[in-house]
Amino acid sequence: MPVNQALSILDKRSLGLRRMIVKTLGAAGRGHLGPAFSLVEIIRALYDHVLRYDANNPSWPLRDRFILSKGHGCVALYVMLAEKGFFNEEELWKLCKFEGLLGGHPEHSTPGVEVSTGSLGHGLPIGTGMALHARRKKENHRVFVVMGDGELGEGSVWEAAMSASKHKLSNLTAIVDYNKSQAYGSTFEVLDLEPLADKWRSFGFETREADGHDVESLAKLFNAKSESGKPVAVICHTVKGRGASFVENNMEWHHKNKIGQDEVSRLMEALEG
Amino acid sequence: MRKTCLDMVYEMAKADERVFFIGSDLGVGTLDKFKKEIPERFLMEGISEANIVGMAAGMALEGSIPYINTIGVFLTRRCFEQITLDLCLHHLNVRLIGSGGGLVYAPLGPSHLAIEDMAILRCLPNMTILAPADASEMSRLMPLTLEHQGPIYIRLAKGGDAIVTPAEAEYKIGRAVPIRDGNDAVIITTGVGLHVALEAADSLAAQGVRAGVLHMHTVKPVDKEAILQRLQQAPVAVTVEEGVINGGLGSAVAEIVAEANFNPSKKFARIGIPDVFADRYGSQAELMRYYGITAENVADTVKRLAG
Repeated sequence: MPVNQALSILDKRSLGLRRMIVKTLGAAGRGHLGPAFSLVEIIRALYDHVLRYDANNPSWPLRDRFILSKGHGCVALYVMLAEKGFFNEEELWKLCKFEGLLGGHPEHSTPGVEVSTGSLGHGLPIGTGMALHARRKKENHRVFVVMGDGELGEGSVWEAAMSASKHKLSNLTAIVDYNKSQAYGSTFEVLDLEPLADKWRSFGFETREADGHDVESLAKLFNAKSESGKPVAVICHTVKGRGASFVENNMEWHHKNKIGQDEVSRLMEALEG
Repeated sequence: MRKTCLDMVYEMAKADERVFFIGSDLGVGTLDKFKKEIPERFLMEGISEANIVGMAAGMALEGSIPYINTIGVFLTRRCFEQITLDLCLHHLNVRLIGSGGGLVYAPLGPSHLAIEDMAILRCLPNMTILAPADASEMSRLMPLTLEHQGPIYIRLAKGGDAIVTPAEAEYKIGRAVPIRDGNDAVIITTGVGLHVALEAADSLAAQGVRAGVLHMHTVKPVDKEAILQRLQQAPVAVTVEEGVINGGLGSAVAEIVAEANFNPSKKFARIGIPDVFADRYGSQAELMRYYGITAENVADTVKRLAG
């Protein structure tokens, strides 16, 4: 399913979140921009329309659990958590700094971050454990795990998928940010995932596909409970670097060790809308 | 020892609803009673060790205390990253029970020998490593694992080992157990190495050398105080372990000896598996002999160092 161009014209809020991401990465002078940009609407749909949480009480027992397994996309999450009041916005400007709270990958010491991630393939097993625990304790919160497409090369993802399926964890939703590119190049060339939806189906997941930049349809799919009693997989078709044409599908923007102020200005200009 | 350990997991589960059991693909019949009586907290997840450790992390984050059991080498070597990040970084109450610690699986070759388990786990912050010497000690240590904060690795031996640990000693995680007095030398050991050490001490005593034996059921955090106290008195120290000497108990003691800057200096040697892959099969006892993890070699080493 290609991204629906008509629907993916970014609205004011999506552009605003991306500007905050740029500002944050600009302050750090480094980081993963492409992986954060492809994730914005997924994070937005979750935090604006789906997840149950209390920013004043991040460990509220009834909260839904959210794991950003593709930890390198964390700046999209940080911007959202700051906006929702989990921590002060000032922390964003100290990204990756010695005196700051936020690093280049999420840490569970950060309010609102459930699990420390960064090394890939860890999120789904942990989420499976959480969902299994909720099931055993008859708790009704849900567990959401966002993975990158390149991450699906990790065998532990499929081990966890088998377990989640075995236990019919309908309270678990695996979300794939399918932007079709990883650090070296396209997923089709590096390690082809197709037929991706069939793979998740064959592993016992109720599988859905969506335009990963269409907040409304994402929210609808994330909110929809499993009809089959199986765990749910939502494959979100996204564009890496979505939001600025010179960044979109441009491998140079997967990760940059140095992001200059000229680049920040150019990005801000592109995101004026 | 394995039976005692798993039986106690079952007993603890009956009394404490935080306790879960997770196995990979264990022998048929394992913990059948647990499965039958507490099915909602019994999980057998197949040969997917990385997933099991992550799954246990997810459960522990929610307040459970999962006890995982599978073959030690796969638990530690294969899952090193999951143990590091999912368990140690999050400081979670997951207990890893490693079957076949040391040279138990000698007939099956290097792929199955859990000999570097203690070395690789010792470098991880928040990790606790337990290697009891017999079933009796296992039964005293297991209840302590319930309230301990942070991940624990519990190393199982072959089983059927003679009971040599004293019932009257105080058992506390991180606290060494003095087994025998003697200031001519001190033999510091862990796990079933205690059996070798005691036999060596007997042999030395018959030759007029009084060797003390200090048993470390906890390899990490190592009881530095107890080790230093013994080292103050004894001019010779020898470590004995059924594991690689690079990074294991011997290394831990070597670090303590070196940093103590004794004057005059102490004589010190490590006995364990050298820096090679096993190139022989046979039995556990045969490989222990092959590597010199024997009472005879320990006694000879003590005498050589004592000059």
